[in-house]
Amino acid sequence: MRRFSGPFTEQHAERLLWRAGFGPKPGEAKALAQRGLVGAVRSLTRVSGPARLVGPAPTGKDGHPLAPRDAWGHDHLWWLDRMVRSDQPFVERMTLVWHDWFATSRDTSDGNLMLRQNATLRKHARGSFRSLLAAVTTDPAMLLWLSGAFNTKWSPNENYARELMELFTLGAGASYTERDVREHARALTGWQRTSTGSGSGRFRYVRAAHDTGRKRIFGRRGRFDWRDSLDLCLAHPAHRRFVVTKLWGAFVPATPDRATVRSLVALYRPGRPILPVLEAILMHPALYTGPRQVKSPIVQTAGLLRATGRAVHDESLSWAGSLSGQQLFRPPNVAGWDEDRWLDTGTWHGRWVTANLVAKPDALGEGPYPHALPESPADAVARALRHWGDPTISATTRAELERFAGEVDRAATARWQREQYPRLRQNALRMLIATSPDFLTC
Amino acid sequence: MPGPCRSHRRAEAARAAAGRGLPSIEPGQPAPAGTGMSRRALLARASGLALAVYGASHLPLAQLEDSVAHAAAPAAAPGGTVLVSVFLGGGLDGLGLLAPVGDPQYRKLRSGLLIGDEARPFREDDRLRWHPAAEPLRELHEQGVLSVLPAIGYANPDQSHFTSRHYWEVGSLDHRGTTGWMGRLLDRVGDDEHPLQGLSLDGTLSPALATSRVPVAAVADPSEYSFWAHQVWGDVDDLMRESAARIGRAHAASGDPAIAVAGRVAQRSMALYDQLGPVRPKDGEQGAADASPVRYPTAQDSSFPEKLRALAAMLGAGLPLRCVAVDGPGQYDTHDRQAPTLQRNLELLSQTLRAFQADLTARGLADRVLVHVWSEFGRRAQANGSGGTDHGAAGVSLLLGSRVHGSMIGEFPGLSQLDRDGNLRATTDFRALYASIAEQWLGVDGAAILPDAGRVGRYALLR
Repeated sequence: MRRFSGPFTEQHAERLLWRAGFGPKPGEAKALAQRGLVGAVRSLTRVSGPARLVGPAPTGKDGHPLAPRDAWGHDHLWWLDRMVRSDQPFVERMTLVWHDWFATSRDTSDGNLMLRQNATLRKHARGSFRSLLAAVTTDPAMLLWLSGAFNTKWSPNENYARELMELFTLGAGASYTERDVREHARALTGWQRTSTGSGSGRFRYVRAAHDTGRKRIFGRRGRFDWRDSLDLCLAHPAHRRFVVTKLWGAFVPATPDRATVRSLVALYRPGRPILPVLEAILMHPALYTGPRQVKSPIVQTAGLLRATGRAVHDESLSWAGSLSGQQLFRPPNVAGWDEDRWLDTGTWHGRWVTANLVAKPDALGEGPYPHALPESPADAVARALRHWGDPTISATTRAELERFAGEVDRAATARWQREQYPRLRQNALRMLIATSPDFLTC
Repeated sequence: MPGPCRSHRRAEAARAAAGRGLPSIEPGQPAPAGTGMSRRALLARASGLALAVYGASHLPLAQLEDSVAHAAAPAAAPGGTVLVSVFLGGGLDGLGLLAPVGDPQYRKLRSGLLIGDEARPFREDDRLRWHPAAEPLRELHEQGVLSVLPAIGYANPDQSHFTSRHYWEVGSLDHRGTTGWMGRLLDRVGDDEHPLQGLSLDGTLSPALATSRVPVAAVADPSEYSFWAHQVWGDVDDLMRESAARIGRAHAASGDPAIAVAGRVAQRSMALYDQLGPVRPKDGEQGAADASPVRYPTAQDSSFPEKLRALAAMLGAGLPLRCVAVDGPGQYDTHDRQAPTLQRNLELLSQTLRAFQADLTARGLADRVLVHVWSEFGRRAQANGSGGTDHGAAGVSLLLGSRVHGSMIGEFPGLSQLDRDGNLRATTDFRALYASIAEQWLGVDGAAILPDAGRVGRYALLR
């Protein structure tokens, strides 16, 4: 397996922190760079024990703790807070990867079940795919989302069977037939919701609802049940390649070459922890020398908060997430979010709204400018960059920012303008940086 | 800065790059002033040549996308025709919308989902009855402004939501297509200056509108589309937005695809902000979108009525829209508990479309707008026993507008001749419909935007 071999700089560490987590806190990239590539990656991936949430917990606008099970949008805020405050950001990032992979929406269940599924995904974040798949298949929110709880021997329902192959384990294409879909659906029968009269009910395996007859799947015959159904997918020749390629795509925005896929496939065992595959991807040269990746809206939002040291401070961040095209626990459909299409004029507006919300509590308000005047355009830009933890930006963007800063200087002709405009300029520069192509990508 | 210069340079660049593998064709550049060629003649010439090259064989979609990058860039036509594409995501049960009550197989296949006796007949086929919740659609059909395609699809149907939807979006049975069929239409009839020419009303861009050349837009709520910042005002506010556009432009041609897309989108967002000026409320005022001559239905859980209302207002304000994509109300993947879901969705869909049509009529815009309602597939003929239906094949499309002929396109094939998966067979092809819309509604040769245009035929759509 190829490994990045150049000097591991602060810029490389910055990219790693964005790709494997939610961006650096001030100074974090510099410290991480000193560990070297292997040390840096392992310091993120090989954490153990329960995560610690650093800093004060957020509250809703009424001052009470967040109510992720009940209050609208608080589920989004609750998880965003973990992304911001967890001392194990890679675990949160992998939980997000699996949320996107096994995309389940709250639309068909409720807050309790969604948080339960979230805990399940976190528990298996770096573990065996086989265990994860079994846990997801029998997860209540998933049983409701893809009709598993309505799939019985009397009335088989193909919903889960199809997505199990197409989206979760094999990929769309010629590797299975419509007959395989139907036979998998029969094998998967048996999981039922039994109403308890309140809440979302109990979910259990009801032997009588399972189709015990013979099935034929991928050309093999047997009295398959749900465990067999999953194992047949895991043993399918298309499976291992599908998993490593899809995982690669979560971290690197370029198609892996054949040798890389072969090496990753060799590292992947469905029944063993997936960690070695993840570490191999995070150490691969393509991550450090390849093209940039558009940050997902939630990664960008968590990163802005981490950079400023702010907690999740505004309930509107949930609404801003939906404007930006990513509201947690509400993926657009079972295929998850489309990572190739994060940015358009609508979602870019959402990114602007997000940056404005994060910048709000620190915005320089009325009163004297707290720094020495006059301030050169270059100094103004440097100050605004410091606000976001000194992210790396291109010379092109820096030149445009300084041009803007100079224009504001020239527009300030009256004395009151010369006094007021520096702070307006500082507020505006923060917005222009947070929405720049440099900062929207990593 | 007017468009032709940049557009010309880009077309030149595209030609130079494409020259490696493509046959050399005359790329119908904008006619120089004074040549006396009308825009339509120019288009016909350009697409005629394209047809000669591309209609003859079936080149892969990627090459067609390249060729579209060569196309002419006539100015957006504020008085031109507008196509509105309404997507019903998840797979609408066509047999629920138009129930084949008179088919001998219906009771057996659809037990548990049988439509009520109050359902009223479909005038053109006495086997079919309208879902009661779709009464407004029945009325529009009676008025002759709604054409029904009762069994639309394609050969060897794919029952994956994502694959089938992708086919419909790119207008081809091609997994690798990256531009949408409406996007390629806009690449031919659109220009560099008007992102609003292709508009998604859902906040994220519909893949069917993805272009390779001209800018398009996504806006969830046009009257809320603004870019302000806390403690920034006056000159600095204006300079900030100008700078955002400039930063975008500076990166739009970056060699890094992610940087380039972030740059282009920033630039387009600022252009869109300027264009939406007429519908943006001034301080303390109501925007133009707030004055509607008709009443739209209200819904707690869907903004579909509000979106079509805003769309009519935008057209009324003279904004240069050409292709619009919007998601219909609710979702249609009714694997279980289908009856209440379909009832609610069809009700809101039908009432909103009726209001939209009345709104356009009241504004004198009805002759300019064609609405196409579609879904990625229909659903299985046999109900599944969970009170729902699984993925099927052929489904229903609708065409709404004062210029459609109002007669059925294709026929209902009946439930006794299902395909081997137990699904309805298609009697019309979505690619033929797209080619017909392109040619009859937007004046673009179907062969110039659809790789299969040469083998799918055409339907007469207009009166």
